[in-house]
Amino acid sequence: MKKIIFLLLLLPFFAFGQSKGKSVKESFLVDGNCNMCKNRIETATLKLNGVKYVNWDSKSSNFSIIYNSKKVTIDEIRTRIAEVGHDNGKYKASLETYDELPNCCRYRHTGKH
Amino acid sequence: MKNLFSLSFFLLVFANLYSQEKVIGKVVFEDLGVSYPIGGSSIYWQGTQSGTISNDNGEFEIQKIESTNNLVISYIGFKTQIILIEKDKFYNVVLVYDDENELDDVTVTKRRNAVQRSYILPQNVVKISEQELLNAACCNLSESFETNPSIDVNHSDAVTGTKQIEMLGLKSPYILITEENVPMVRGASQTFGLGFTPGTWIESIQVTKGMGSVINGYESIVGQINTELKKPLTDIPLYINMFNSADGRYELNTQVKSIISQKINTSFFAHYNKRDQINDKNKDNFIDKPIQNQINLLNRWQYTNAEKGIVSFFNFRILDDLKKIGEKSSLTDDSKWGGRIKTKRFDTSFKLGYVNPNTPYQTVGFQLAFNVHDQNSVYGNSIYNIKQESLFLNLLYNTIISNTKNKIKIGLNYSYDQYDELVFIYDIFRSDKSLGSFFEYSYDNLNNLNFVLGLRYDTHNNMGSFFTPRMHFRYNINDNLSLKGAYGQGRKLANIFSENQIIFLTNRSIENKFLSEKLYGLNPEKASNYGFSLDQKFNLFGGQGNLIFDYYSTRFSNKVIVDYENFRKIDFYNSDYGKSKSNSSQFEVLFSKNNWNITAAYKMYDVENFYKDGLKEKPLQPKNIIFFNYGVESNRVGEKFWKFNFTYNRLGKQRLMKNPRDNNLYTQPHFSINSQITRIFSSKFEVYLGGENLNNYKQKDPIIMASNPFSSDFDASIIHGPIFGSMYYAGLRFKILN
Repeated sequence: MKKIIFLLLLLPFFAFGQSKGKSVKESFLVDGNCNMCKNRIETATLKLNGVKYVNWDSKSSNFSIIYNSKKVTIDEIRTRIAEVGHDNGKYKASLETYDELPNCCRYRHTGKH
Repeated sequence: MKNLFSLSFFLLVFANLYSQEKVIGKVVFEDLGVSYPIGGSSIYWQGTQSGTISNDNGEFEIQKIESTNNLVISYIGFKTQIILIEKDKFYNVVLVYDDENELDDVTVTKRRNAVQRSYILPQNVVKISEQELLNAACCNLSESFETNPSIDVNHSDAVTGTKQIEMLGLKSPYILITEENVPMVRGASQTFGLGFTPGTWIESIQVTKGMGSVINGYESIVGQINTELKKPLTDIPLYINMFNSADGRYELNTQVKSIISQKINTSFFAHYNKRDQINDKNKDNFIDKPIQNQINLLNRWQYTNAEKGIVSFFNFRILDDLKKIGEKSSLTDDSKWGGRIKTKRFDTSFKLGYVNPNTPYQTVGFQLAFNVHDQNSVYGNSIYNIKQESLFLNLLYNTIISNTKNKIKIGLNYSYDQYDELVFIYDIFRSDKSLGSFFEYSYDNLNNLNFVLGLRYDTHNNMGSFFTPRMHFRYNINDNLSLKGAYGQGRKLANIFSENQIIFLTNRSIENKFLSEKLYGLNPEKASNYGFSLDQKFNLFGGQGNLIFDYYSTRFSNKVIVDYENFRKIDFYNSDYGKSKSNSSQFEVLFSKNNWNITAAYKMYDVENFYKDGLKEKPLQPKNIIFFNYGVESNRVGEKFWKFNFTYNRLGKQRLMKNPRDNNLYTQPHFSINSQITRIFSSKFEVYLGGENLNNYKQKDPIIMASNPFSSDFDASIIHGPIFGSMYYAGLRFKILN
């Protein structure tokens, strides 16, 4: 019995070792300044169904993402980033959304692109 | 890119002097003709603690003071400006974006918050940084907690000078003490091990109150203390520390780093300490602090390959420590009560971390550690030797389920410990083997809730097979108030002699059964612990603070009671009625503003052991402790500044076990004051001066029957306060920076 339990505890090793679905990795520039921006960008995208992993680096403005291309498209991801206030390429945040950002996040004023 | 940051911003301060007493203004930055208010910027008079913060519209109001006309305006991400306040003048100050001080965590938490509480982790973790460690008097891990209220530091006895730490009312064997997550102070090293990690080697210490993670084993019961040593990659090229204290202790700590290649770095750490001065301040003919010397050498190698996602460490360490204790005359006269504790230790460890560059959420960690700890000691007429050989293996795999909101950790560990003890004339041999697997799931809703559920299953040759569940959660009730909770179980085998070496500093009798039966005739200890903490952030008078309350309860379904209740006798037995417990609550206020910060704490302990004759308070346990710490830094003149630190610690009454010295049932409360001042001449050189127990409190007659240490009444174990009185020290630090 105890041996079985022990093996059961080991099971996740094999189960989670396999990745399922089609994972796509992409990276592009997203405008922003600070750690508040990082939190906003990462939280918004990670909440999208199908997004597995995100990381935004405040120094380089580089955003990298791993997602399941069957569940979500890069268009939806980029649109979502603009919706929460962050320009990325041709996807621009609306003036209303941008104006609601806290002072430290106003990247258009700091000239950081 | 960086040049773009340095675009100027206009900070306009409309400062008007109203009746020459108040300065009213507005903090803004201007862009394309539109001005944006900066709320939350801090405004204070230079060199003082008098200040305020601007409101959401950027407006502020500050009382004029006599001593200065220099008003300092600072805001995260902008360079700090100092403006001269004169009458009837319009102030126009240009602030530039501060590109040296990026908008990252370090800036937000402020430089001088050397103690950081984690808001993200569900565990109640306090991180003590290298900066904070500099405030402690000296010099090794056991002396690193005196400016931190989570851990209580006491003297263990009147002879060896050893400091013992407690958490939630329980001694260090119930705390899992690890070095880079490998069990470190454990088994044979339980009594003296904390003195074997020099403070200058430490990069940071994480103190977890309550249950730790299942990953680190089943042994933590009241908490975990993990030490991270300095890493060769990030280390500075050279570090030298020298220390001398009035009790005759000299220390030398050096660290040299060399870069072998872009990927390989190595650091060499050396520590030497010596005390050859005979101190006997209380004139009981016993040396107050041991004559000692220690050589401690560590070599670390780090391999980093960022493209392939590999980080690896290799450590190699040797230690040689000698302490001479006892009557002063024993150093020359063998017929007197004397002793020596000789420890040799060898450690080697290997660590490998791999992050899959394509899927950064998948990581693998592997740890292998081997050590030999060999202590040979003589205490008066008693001999106690212990040799422990340990092997520790840990394999950990991190991944996610569907996305990084759901994280999984799974792993295996194996540990082997072989103990070979000689107690008086009895040989005791034991080997412990355990194999365990663990699983931990963490969930984060990216907003206000996260939790961790962990389970491990271990098979142990002496403890059988068992599950260990642990769980933690954090819930942010609002932006400023967070609630954390934890529950878990832990167990351990009691190493009654190595954990309680103070019994050899008494002539109490011990029954033979403890020396002959397997596992000393005792069952493993088992306890469960739960607790919660509430943390309220607040802003007041332009500073920030936290108001923290926590409560933890530990219940032993089986505890090995070390019974000192009958004088002249020591007894060990299982108390498996589920009644031994420890409840602790703590109120803590942290407040920091500009260049100073305070920590104040009130701790209450309700610790009871179920003895053969019933439930009694744990002896020598303060029922309450008041802690206060104040730290301040002066303004910088060039690179030069002063740092000052003050700590007050008051221990409430403690129950005394029956003995011929003390007539009272309880001790009187007492306090001690520590203080330190540091002069920083440059980022390379600083000098410090300090004192411990400045109020010179001394426990009277710490050793019972010191005049006749071979009589059956001799007992140096009943210690409830400092025995040495005040102690002064000075030291210097020299660094070569990258």
